[in-house]
Amino acid sequence: MADILVISEQRRGVLNATVAEAIGAAKELASAKGGKVIVAVLGAEPERIIPSLSLAGVDEIVSVALPSSEFQSDEYEAAVAALIADRTPKAVLLPHSIDSLGYAPALAAKGGFGFATDVFGARYDGDDLLAVRQAYQEKVHVELEFPGKQTVVLTLRSSAFKAPEETGSPSVTSFEAPKADARTKHVTFHEPAAGDGEDLTAAEYILSIGRGVADEDNVAEFEDLAGALGFTLGCSRPIADNGWLPKFRQVGQSGKTVSACKVYVAMGISGSVQHLAGMKHVPHIIAINKDPEASIFSEAHYGIVGDMFEISKELKAQLG
Amino acid sequence: MKILVPVKQVEILDEDFDVQDDGRSIDPDCIEFELNEWDDYSWETALQLMEKHEGTVEAVPMTVGDESADDGLRKCLAKGGERAIRVWDDSVAGSDPIAIARLIAAAAKKEDAQLVLAGTQSTDQAHGQTGIAVAALLGWPHVAVVSALDYSAADGKLTVRRELEGGVEEEIEVALPAVLTIQLGINEPRYASLRGIKQAKTKTVDLLSPADLGVSTDQLGETGSAARVRRMYIPERSKAELITGTPPEQVKRLIEIVNELKGA
Ligand SMILES: Cc1cc2nc3c(=O)[nH]c(=O)nc-3n(C[C@H](O)[C@H](O)[C@H](O)COP(=O)(O)OP(=O)(O)OC[C@H]3O[C@@H](n4cnc5c(N)ncnc54)[C@H](O)[C@@H]3O)c2cc1C
Repeated sequence: MADILVISEQRRGVLNATVAEAIGAAKELASAKGGKVIVAVLGAEPERIIPSLSLAGVDEIVSVALPSSEFQSDEYEAAVAALIADRTPKAVLLPHSIDSLGYAPALAAKGGFGFATDVFGARYDGDDLLAVRQAYQEKVHVELEFPGKQTVVLTLRSSAFKAPEETGSPSVTSFEAPKADARTKHVTFHEPAAGDGEDLTAAEYILSIGRGVADEDNVAEFEDLAGALGFTLGCSRPIADNGWLPKFRQVGQSGKTVSACKVYVAMGISGSVQHLAGMKHVPHIIAINKDPEASIFSEAHYGIVGDMFEISKELKAQLG
Repeated sequence: MKILVPVKQVEILDEDFDVQDDGRSIDPDCIEFELNEWDDYSWETALQLMEKHEGTVEAVPMTVGDESADDGLRKCLAKGGERAIRVWDDSVAGSDPIAIARLIAAAAKKEDAQLVLAGTQSTDQAHGQTGIAVAALLGWPHVAVVSALDYSAADGKLTVRRELEGGVEEEIEVALPAVLTIQLGINEPRYASLRGIKQAKTKTVDLLSPADLGVSTDQLGETGSAARVRRMYIPERSKAELITGTPPEQVKRLIEIVNELKGA
């Protein structure tokens, strides 16, 4: 079959934005082979999500009611496995997310499906489905094939595919998920600690430091530099994990999205996809890194290949 | 309780790495190895459980890899634990994370482990597949991207936190046996002492073959994998406008750019 199945995902009633992008990817793949785009909406109240996924190019929306109000890996895995058995799609597309990290590998391992994660390109070569992902800190791209696999499960990187802009009028059907034994129990959510008066999401000018800073004792140097430039200090994850700066200064997927930022200076940051998730939208990005191959340079507008300490000293000297 | 901790030596590329003529792999001369960053945290998690529940918890690191992968195991043993397991024969070459998960799952069964603590992902390939695939093959419950963990020996229950987008955490309860994938920052991995490094050299690394674990060769290598590398390439990418010159010249230009962008 040439049908493409998209699996939706939501948290606390909010749809994951990558689902619409997956629909865009599904449209391309399905039209290449004359297949249908089927979107499965999973959750306690699928009907609340369905209207926002009724997008152009979607042939059918399948409503799949699940018992748990929040994501539960066993329920998701059982429902998607049953959907695949029922619809035999060529590809199953889901967001590459914390939730899919929690069930997609189980689904693929048990079902014997083709499988790739964090995919940012997908196409056919003849009848072969191909997926592109990264390796070695984004320095290399890898094209994968799935010989002999009837169905391929792909988790898609956010912002890599374009969501359809127009709405559509797909048919809506429902599917009864098999009863799953939910072996993990949701207790509660914990919100991240607030920053003392400092809000990175509101800052317009941010200077972030990464692992290049090398030692806790060096952090003060860049605190001073940020002050001298009139920038707010941010950081990548290892700096927060080490406790060198508080967590509220961490930019990225599991930290802050710097929504108001106009100029972002990244020093000693390699440019991982998770860091980029919090800052790649910034209109002016300046990267300083000693590795000319660091992937941050392909997202930045200006770059200096050099030592962050040397640049910092010189900056302070010239700023007076 | 026995904890199995699968670890991996990741590949670090040097500055002038290149893709080999086969177009599917990196020239091995440009590769160095080190223990995966995430695995430092999963091994520390196991060590802390072992110390907290002294005498009742045992932690064993394991790896799937050739002889050179022993370095990673010794690095773990230098911090604690008595023995390690390495699984290898030539049929394993070319295995993807799903195929490797078959060996880890089989080892967990053979060891009669009740808890598997894997890293969330690896720094080189970043598949994020292995641990949760192991859980599926064992038929055990699982939680991915765990940023906090508490174990109650009395009822064999784990209370964990799953780290979500934006730094929100979800508290979850799960009973043993279980598989968790551990996130960076869950603890502060200790450094090995010189004495520990010395002792590690004398600790046992059990070498097992897939056959010892009852995993057949058609379940491994490219035939046992969920994906196959067709092509590897260095991407053509848009590049930042590089500011060149001596550091004073670079900084002068940098200040001009910043002032311009700030509208000063
Ligand atoms: C689920 C999940 C969520 C995550 N969330 C986040 C997140 O929110 N934010 C985040 O940042 N990461 C996050 N990560 C981690 C992410 O994958 C990377 O590990 C991390 O971003 C790397 O940080 P870094 O760039 O500072 O370090 P590295 O990747 O180690 O890069 C350090 C860089 O510094 C350069 N350098 C070294 N010395 C110097 C010097 N003297 N001068 C100039 N340059 C120098 C090096 O060339 C290198 O490019 C997450 C990972 C996962 C799996």
